[in-house]
Amino acid sequence: MWFLKLIWKILSIPWKIWEWFDDRSEISKTLGPLLRHPIPPGTGWKYVFGSATLIAFLIQVATGIALATVYVSSAGGAYKSLEFISHQATWGWWVRGMHYFGASAMVLLVGLHMGRVFLTGSYKFPRELNWLTGVILLFLTLAMGFTGQLLRWDQTGVWSTTIAAEQAGRVPVIGHWIARLIFGGNTVGGATLSRFFAVHVFWIPAAIFAVVGFHLYLVIRNGISEPPKPGHAINPKTYRAWYKGLLERSGRPFFPDAAWRDVIFGLLVVVCIVVLAGIVHAPELAGPPNPALIQTEPRPDWYLLWYYALLALTPHYMESYLMILVPLVIAVLLLFFPLIFNRGERSVSRRPWSAAIAIFVVLVVATLWYQGKTAHWSPAFDAPPLAIQTIGFASGPIYQGAQLFHERGCEDCHAIGGQGGHRGPDLSTVADRLTEEQMTVRILNGGNNMPAFGSILTPQDLTLLLDFLDSRTAYKNTSFRRTGGQH
Amino acid sequence: MSLNPNETKPSELRRDFLTALCVGVGGLTALIVAVPVVGFLLGPLLRDTGRKWRAVGPLDKFKTGDTVEVKFEDASPLPWAGVTAETGAWLRRNSQTELIAFSVNCSHLGCPVRWEPAAKLFMCPCHGGVYYSDGSVAGGPPPRGLTQYPVRVRDGNVEILTSPIPIT
Ligand code: FES
Repeated sequence: MWFLKLIWKILSIPWKIWEWFDDRSEISKTLGPLLRHPIPPGTGWKYVFGSATLIAFLIQVATGIALATVYVSSAGGAYKSLEFISHQATWGWWVRGMHYFGASAMVLLVGLHMGRVFLTGSYKFPRELNWLTGVILLFLTLAMGFTGQLLRWDQTGVWSTTIAAEQAGRVPVIGHWIARLIFGGNTVGGATLSRFFAVHVFWIPAAIFAVVGFHLYLVIRNGISEPPKPGHAINPKTYRAWYKGLLERSGRPFFPDAAWRDVIFGLLVVVCIVVLAGIVHAPELAGPPNPALIQTEPRPDWYLLWYYALLALTPHYMESYLMILVPLVIAVLLLFFPLIFNRGERSVSRRPWSAAIAIFVVLVVATLWYQGKTAHWSPAFDAPPLAIQTIGFASGPIYQGAQLFHERGCEDCHAIGGQGGHRGPDLSTVADRLTEEQMTVRILNGGNNMPAFGSILTPQDLTLLLDFLDSRTAYKNTSFRRTGGQH
Repeated sequence: MSLNPNETKPSELRRDFLTALCVGVGGLTALIVAVPVVGFLLGPLLRDTGRKWRAVGPLDKFKTGDTVEVKFEDASPLPWAGVTAETGAWLRRNSQTELIAFSVNCSHLGCPVRWEPAAKLFMCPCHGGVYYSDGSVAGGPPPRGLTQYPVRVRDGNVEILTSPIPIT
């Protein structure tokens, strides 16, 4: 029996230490009420995305600090240190994967959290500042994503820096200065990476900690918004008193009544990140960061693909304006939205315009994202020569024309039989649309974004190419084909 | 409330002055720290790295009509720059005496353009910009032709003048 008592005594030592610590610091008296702050009834699983974002951020902090113990933040050494982390360091590939998927989770969860707040009208009085700080956190998260991609410091990192500087260069008046600050000089070089490292590891995280702190303070100060009910409009004059009454009547402590859902969902997020990192892995590094190695196709990580697509699809004459205006307008709209629409109905069933805006935004971003993923405007540099089955001949002028179609770069932009680029129209059945004459004019003079090949092709090249293109028809009837489908 | 009943109550004026003093002195303290820090951060704008002629190879290495990639070192690379100290350029020899050096940066958003010798075009992988062999725009979003670097021949060697990355 004495033995059990001894074990009990030993086991209770940590509790005793805690009691002593709490007695002297009164920490549970200070923090306890915060943790048990009353929340309105009815908050369910859709209220877990905010805390899950915070958990994803903490994963980034933990994995980021771990990576920083090996990462070399010099332009000359970063790539090699990342190769070491990815391929040699114990579980380096795993921690790097967690950092990558943690970033993805953070972006995704910020989006979900924001969507929930928007659709439930939780940004309305008195929680406008909650929304504003949330928007700042969204921008900071995207900035973390972008600078993090650069810190991979492979070819994509180097060229993304250049693209960022070029975009900044379009800002009126001070653009060139911003561009030079991004490079840390006149070109990508020794000073570039260290600056991004400082921004990614110190400046932005410090800002995130500060803003998250204020955001949480506001959440506790203003209380969690109650699930909206149709017909219950927000009136800034009466809302605070009404909310206070609601909490007094039927409030429940956040911990543990609602916190258990946050804990379970948080665990789910962590497990997803850890498992994805272990199975899918972080993206493999592109080539070394030598600005003179140009065989590369820089693409942003998935969360900025939509913006990349926007830049590619914008009509050129308005591009400079859009490049600056689109982010600016998005920022202003997001920041001022809750200030303008801070009262009235919260239920989405009474706010059809808000529902329409949310659907519109999701559709636009998803469409742009898909466009960015396929990037049909990029030449297909690696398209193989057309297959014999596609050409239909293994020798002769049509075959030779097909070879020229590949060699002279036509295939980089035009597909035939599913092979080739998609920048220009598909030419699988071009002879059904255009006569030989029309094709000749197009090829020699260009137009509509197509280069003029007049000074590039020899007359013999042109004849062979036309022989080949003339044979691209859906019809078997040769006489129809020869007239290009014109009767 | 003052513990000493004899102590006179500070006047409102004095209090206003002390408030202003606290704010002013606090601001000044922050400024004293901020000046060198901000100056340091803005260093790249203040530091002139200059430009240098860099040899890229003997003249007879470049055949008339060819466009080839050449590499050279930046004007004053930092000791830890490693491979990032290098820059590439497209060098085209038009005739016995005429050489043109193009920046590899697309004039649209700076991506590296590739020379496609059989197509005789420069093509950009990012948003599909295309340039003719003389660097003029052939299609796509680039607002103007490829930037040219100053190039010269000295003692039989081709030299290129290092230049900032062109910001459109
Ligand atoms: S960067 Fe070359 S087309 Fe956009």
